[in-house]
Amino acid sequence: MSETLTGPLRRQRRPVGEALAGIMLTLPAAISYFLLLLLPTLAAIMLAFTDYELGAPAIGWIGGENFVELLDDLGFRQSLRNTMVYTAIVVPFSIIGALALALMIEALTRGKALFRAVFFLPVVSLPVAMATAWQYLLHPTIGPLNALLREIGVNGPAWLTSSDTVLVSLAVIGIWEAIGFNLVLFLAGLTAIPRELRQAAEVDGVASAWERFRLITWPLLGPTTLFVVTITMIRAVRTFDSVAVLTQGGPNRASEVLLYTMYTEGFTYFRLGYSAAITLIFLLIVLALMLLQTRILDRRVHYG
Amino acid sequence: MSGIRIEDVTRRFGAVTALDRVSLSVQAGEFVALVGPSGCGKTTLMRIVAGIEHVDSGRVIINGSDMTRKRAAERNVAMVFQSYALYPHLTVRQNISVPLVMKRLSMGQRLPLIGGFWPGADAVRRGITNDVGKAASALGLGELLDRRPAQLSGGQRQRVALARAIVRRPAAFLMDEPLSNLDAALRVQTRREIVDIHRQTGAATLYVTHDQSEALTMADRVAVMQAGRILQIGTPEEVYGNPVDLRVASFIGSPRINTLPVEADADGQLHLGDVLLMRHAPRGPLTFAIRPEDCELADAGIPVRAEAMEFLGENFLLHCQHPPSGRTLVLRLPPGAPRARPGELLHIGFNPSRALLFDAEGRRLDPDLRVSQQEHAFV
Repeated sequence: MSETLTGPLRRQRRPVGEALAGIMLTLPAAISYFLLLLLPTLAAIMLAFTDYELGAPAIGWIGGENFVELLDDLGFRQSLRNTMVYTAIVVPFSIIGALALALMIEALTRGKALFRAVFFLPVVSLPVAMATAWQYLLHPTIGPLNALLREIGVNGPAWLTSSDTVLVSLAVIGIWEAIGFNLVLFLAGLTAIPRELRQAAEVDGVASAWERFRLITWPLLGPTTLFVVTITMIRAVRTFDSVAVLTQGGPNRASEVLLYTMYTEGFTYFRLGYSAAITLIFLLIVLALMLLQTRILDRRVHYG
Repeated sequence: MSGIRIEDVTRRFGAVTALDRVSLSVQAGEFVALVGPSGCGKTTLMRIVAGIEHVDSGRVIINGSDMTRKRAAERNVAMVFQSYALYPHLTVRQNISVPLVMKRLSMGQRLPLIGGFWPGADAVRRGITNDVGKAASALGLGELLDRRPAQLSGGQRQRVALARAIVRRPAAFLMDEPLSNLDAALRVQTRREIVDIHRQTGAATLYVTHDQSEALTMADRVAVMQAGRILQIGTPEEVYGNPVDLRVASFIGSPRINTLPVEADADGQLHLGDVLLMRHAPRGPLTFAIRPEDCELADAGIPVRAEAMEFLGENFLLHCQHPPSGRTLVLRLPPGAPRARPGELLHIGFNPSRALLFDAEGRRLDPDLRVSQQEHAFV
């Protein structure tokens, strides 16, 4: 009853100008979103179903042929597998490492800011410049790492030029890059846990640090951990800089990752349609990871 | 000796001395309220008893054993935090059972997954479920056991915090302003319940509050704190009627006690109006204090100008200005008393036997030095 009365009344009271003003105010953002994000994405999706090559006189609609070709493309399959292996190494190590470091830094009474800055440095440093440093560190003959190994009588491998070790070496660099970023996220998550909860646990008889971690820190860090897992996975899947600078996907495609394949197909062989198909698959993977976060895991880690 | 004994505890934060040689004891079965303005150190003192704050010097003795250097987990004290500090990811049932799980289950029995198969775990867990159920129903939480704290109202959360505290039989029961987040009606109701719970558990209870009326209504004894020191410890009647310090007199009681600056004449006699307060008063500025309910309107006495009336139902408050001192004096008058118009000139009479006198440092002048009651001509 009251709804039928107030509904139209309320609408009448609201001036038309207000709605118009709202539209006008969101318009700049909406236009730039459309032009800069939606349109290129749509273009890429369209392109994935064509045989377009840069400089080609005509553009042909070929349906799903690019994807059929991708399935049979040994190079692409190798690249997909490499990306998965890389992600599978980087994600757990960078997350567990970052969590451990964050707990240690949080427990410090002084020097918190210093350690936070030290571990965050890789995130703000130039990836290309850092890659050069890594190249020196991991150099088979003049690199300090192998020099150290020689001291203890081990003949170190050619870290970045042997197909057995190159992916692991790149993953270690990836962990080094990701750990600082994850650390800062975990530290922020830890600060958000009320100190009184830890004190309440202490009064309730939770004596050991491990029990306190299990009872409070780990569950309350859930939302942070979930975010860190998702963002680390996405960042690992789209790794590119270190591969491009250090190995160019070599040797023998042993370190070729998804984005690097996309890049070579698009900008070395100019097969833009094929490259767009890889982009689309990349997008689907990222989308799937985000869905995993919002739909499934989100429900288990928020207590609001 | 059972209960809590705090001996000479000092705690500094940098240059600030939060607690200055504080001593206080709470007997088993006793309810002691620690009351004072915010920042007086009362919460710090409670946290020191709980073991989540350390002392710079002094001792904390609980049930006869020195706990000063023991961790909170070893002290067997229960604490209700001002923020309740419930575990947000656990249900009400799990929240209440945490202290029992930690106390009764061994390390192995607590392990996830395999802990359930650990020998003896089953019987212990049944006991815990039983006790949690009892504590929950004692506080009317029976229906809410499977909810999470976020799904509860403020009053319900407060009850969960209480249940978590009483579920194990603690050696001491600490409460840090547990009612401050509740609305006024619920606060008055919960006061009674907390006192009842205290009676049932019989544990030594230390209750921190900034609300003097809470302290007076609930406690067996009240400790009034200010600036890191305990000014007075006594029954509610004592701290209200017989304060040893002007700061205690001013803090306890609402509306505040009336004060006027007074000074003895050349013979050492102290008069206020035509009332002789003291025959041999010390020299220098003194403070005269009288509670609003010990004042009345009279034909002669302290001259004042009426300012405002506040009707309270069972009586009313008359706010007056005392022109010579500029102080505001408040009278609590029965509803039938004649009304005064703002600006009207009146005289206040008071019961001299109820008057309190304080020296320049705010210390109470010995009441025995006062003129004996028979000598007064009651105004």
